[in-house]
Amino acid sequence: MSFKRVVVTGMGALTPLGKDVPTFWKNLVAGVSGAAPITRFDAEKFRTRFACEVKDLDMNDYIPRQEARKMDPFTQYAVIAADEAMKDAGFDVEKLDLDKAGVIWGSGIGGLKTFEDEVMNFADGAKNPRFNPFFIPKMIADSASGVLSIRYGFRGPTFITVSACASSTNALIDAYNYIRLGTMNVCISGGSEAAVTNAGVGGFNALKALSERNDSPETASRPYDKDRDGFVLGEGGAALILEEYEHAKARGAKIYAEMIGGGMSSDAFHITAPHPDGRGAYMVMKNALEDAGIRPEDVDYINTHGTSTPIGDPQEIKAIERFFGEHAYQLNISSTKSMTGHLLGGAGAIEAAACILAIRDQVIPPTINHFTDDPEIDPRLNLTFNKAQQRSVNVALSNTFGFGGHNASVVFRKLEA
Amino acid sequence: MSEIAERVKQIIVEKLGVEESEVTPEASFTNDLGADSLDTVELIMEFEKEFNISIPDDQAENIGTVGQAVAYLEENVK
Repeated sequence: MSFKRVVVTGMGALTPLGKDVPTFWKNLVAGVSGAAPITRFDAEKFRTRFACEVKDLDMNDYIPRQEARKMDPFTQYAVIAADEAMKDAGFDVEKLDLDKAGVIWGSGIGGLKTFEDEVMNFADGAKNPRFNPFFIPKMIADSASGVLSIRYGFRGPTFITVSACASSTNALIDAYNYIRLGTMNVCISGGSEAAVTNAGVGGFNALKALSERNDSPETASRPYDKDRDGFVLGEGGAALILEEYEHAKARGAKIYAEMIGGGMSSDAFHITAPHPDGRGAYMVMKNALEDAGIRPEDVDYINTHGTSTPIGDPQEIKAIERFFGEHAYQLNISSTKSMTGHLLGGAGAIEAAACILAIRDQVIPPTINHFTDDPEIDPRLNLTFNKAQQRSVNVALSNTFGFGGHNASVVFRKLEA
Repeated sequence: MSEIAERVKQIIVEKLGVEESEVTPEASFTNDLGADSLDTVELIMEFEKEFNISIPDDQAENIGTVGQAVAYLEENVK
């Protein structure tokens, strides 16, 4: 049997750089940092007191209050991003086969704030078991896919993928697979995260994973810089409408790009640390390109995982040099986490969106905050430091690696009619 | 309207997102005010919190309208 082709026909984004795709992309290309002091809770006693929050967000602009209060913020973010993507895709919902429309979403954690609020309420209340009836349905990670399924009446496969910071890339791969197999025609995919909470920041601080550059939040996320000191927590998400190519063509849909492959691998090494040789990173890129049926030389741009941690960044770079050989010095590489921070389970979705827009506009968003070269990183690599670069972009690859040693990558190509 | 009835009305308006004018004594949470079973459980919890009492489950099952809630609370809140 032959696989069907899969294209991207709609996008939505709610990010620290902007609350819709046009604003997100404009700021991403302009090299704007989304980092600022934390406003979501009182972080005064925390080692890290800044994050990349979604700014000026008034939920009343998007979701009626009575509905919004039954959703954890990560689900609210999913709804806002998905609404934009659905509108962008321009479906005539009357004509959609809703039994072949699905929702495959990614989140690394789920309703962390809901969990935290309810347990704190329990602890403060003399341990009387008075839990809100919406606690469990708001908190469980699949609630975002459930809410979206109900919202649009999509009755095909709907579920969530959980693989830490690779979660939404896994969601895109699953959506891609079910569409190319013919199980679905249309899928809302992507991911969201809302972990800028006491427990989120405190937990990552305990792992010594976060930057502690409190005197300069906007320069704290500096992937590949010698003085990087950890990642900057981000929040938000992005939604992609994936659609079977003939289905999209038949309705005259606008097509951003074609999704041509996905790859997965695992480090099988350590619960938080990546394998120092980058063997998982190597294999995931190899698997993704083999699935796409393209050669390493075909890749123009890699949006790296590049979180700005001392040990994470070099292993991915080593894997790129080993896998791409001489071509590693011809392609553009950037970590947009330098601007957005790290959206954890939402990262793969916003970075896939960045890859697709790079293909559309033939421009590579930069890795900002480069001050000092790291002697461990080969200067012949074009890491797109500090300023966006125009170039021909036909194929873009997005890498994501999650705690647990889960690696997932996706490949997009300019549509060849 | 009693003070208790006024506070009950405010809780219902807040939690169910309905207009004050809809919150009549005869109004049923589920049939008239758009609540589902989870909303009803949450409402009972809010009444417990607001009036600092505990409503046993077998009593809570009999509270289905605004008037029943007000009557129960007027009788049991000290």
